[in-house]
Amino acid sequence: MEKTKNIKLEKDSMKDETTLSNGSRIEAKDVKVWYDDFMAIKGIDMVIKPNTITAFIGPSGCGKSTFLRLFNRMNDYVEGFKMEGKIKINGDSIYKKKVNVEQLRKEIGMVFQKPNPFPKSIFENVAYGLKIQGIKDKKLIDERVEKALRQADLWEEVKDNLKKSALALSGGQQQRLCIARTLAVQPSILLMDEPTSALDPISTAKIEELIHHLKEEYTIIIVTHNMQQASRISDYTAFFYLGELIEYDKTRKIFTNPEKKQTENYITGRFG
Amino acid sequence: MNNHKKNKYIDQSFKVLGILFTMLGIFILGVLIYNIVIAGFTRINWDFLTSLPSRKPERAGIYTAIIGTLDLMLLTVLFAIPIGVGAGIYLEEYAKKSKFSSILEINISNLAGVPSIIYGLLGLGIFVRFFGFGGSILSGSLTLSLLILPIIIVATREAIKAVPHSLKEASYGLGASKWQTIKNVVLPSSFGGILTGIILSLSRAIGETAPLIVVGAMAYVPFVPHSIFDTYSVLPMQIFSWTTRPQQGFAIAAAGAIIVLLIITFVMNGIAVYFRNKWQKRLK
Repeated sequence: MEKTKNIKLEKDSMKDETTLSNGSRIEAKDVKVWYDDFMAIKGIDMVIKPNTITAFIGPSGCGKSTFLRLFNRMNDYVEGFKMEGKIKINGDSIYKKKVNVEQLRKEIGMVFQKPNPFPKSIFENVAYGLKIQGIKDKKLIDERVEKALRQADLWEEVKDNLKKSALALSGGQQQRLCIARTLAVQPSILLMDEPTSALDPISTAKIEELIHHLKEEYTIIIVTHNMQQASRISDYTAFFYLGELIEYDKTRKIFTNPEKKQTENYITGRFG
Repeated sequence: MNNHKKNKYIDQSFKVLGILFTMLGIFILGVLIYNIVIAGFTRINWDFLTSLPSRKPERAGIYTAIIGTLDLMLLTVLFAIPIGVGAGIYLEEYAKKSKFSSILEINISNLAGVPSIIYGLLGLGIFVRFFGFGGSILSGSLTLSLLILPIIIVATREAIKAVPHSLKEASYGLGASKWQTIKNVVLPSSFGGILTGIILSLSRAIGETAPLIVVGAMAYVPFVPHSIFDTYSVLPMQIFSWTTRPQQGFAIAAAGAIIVLLIITFVMNGIAVYFRNKWQKRLK
């Protein structure tokens, strides 16, 4: 009896590794978005490669967050939201009627601007995504929680206080907890919407380091207002302005030799 | 400098005025309770609590009224809370914004302001006559449920509205369905507010007399109800009937009953506040 259980567990962890080691490829084709009559995205084509970090930059209101939130269909709940065009993840269109949105969001994790831990214990926060999937195996949950907390570089700080409320953590710790909570569900893509804008420089550095490590297993897209952050951590950078994708290239190219004048003006701080 | 002095003066006088207004309410309540306690406290003893009503004021007790009140409250809670909280959740989380839903919203708020006697007449028409429940405890509790539903719905909606949107997003982002999000995030976070609404509504229901007179609560019931189809009396009813009698003894008995009603209300509120605080501590 015990043997079969062990074998099963091993199989599970093997499966985990194969899915984890492959980030996913995202394709957007002629994507347009409206909020009521306001056109927020005006036709964007884009391909994001697996296992890369892509930074979305641009002034407030340029549509970068809206565009990011299309990938896990987070805009669905926004009143007056309307969309045209296609978004494919690993070849599958995610805005088809048949798509299971809950399943999609398990594949595509999201970290938000402000740390938003649930008013529950640290352990419950990380286990939340597993519990809603109906996973009841306590041992498996324990393992996943520990693994996720280690990946988010938080384990050493909280391992003795897993039952303590997540709200008692510092802002930086809370944000790493939110990252751990997302990782526990084992997504292949991580969407990060200005994840460090509410944090101090030390916490920011920690999270940037973390993002760098996660690249090996995930495709990461990060929205940021911080030019230095974009240039430090990303492989590719996309510059958005007024709902359009102005320029999208290797980060080094964007920051040293941008094609477009608007991009140059923005990254050198002449506007925005 | 002069202006500064003037502002300071206004500030001070408003503060004093505010204290006076606050004290006025408490003072009047204090006088009332003092009077009642002086008049009725000596009347409260075990016999008073466990005796049936009687024509003789010295022998009259409030046993049937206490049991009636507790039964009625229990049934009202059973009917009103699931329906009220359910409707609140629906309106806040599921209903799409439309003309229809905003008309619904306005009318629910209006219903909270409808005089209770109107609910009594409604209950008389629907539960007593149409469904044929008669002057039973079932009719009474259904009528009271209607009366407090708007309060519970409005309180539930306000409590749910106060749940930070970021928490819901976090839950959806992890792949939770709408219902999972409501069950695991929205309801635990809004439980305190919902409970406050329930406390308020039950405090209102426990003191209601007018609608119950209409749907057939009795002033004199010489037995305890055994089923939800039995007739019943409630404390406010008993108090009302005693205060209309000429004998001095009934006035004292009424004061005693008022004290008991107040105690029941306070205990009920106390239990609810205790649970609310305990819950909120757990969340922190």
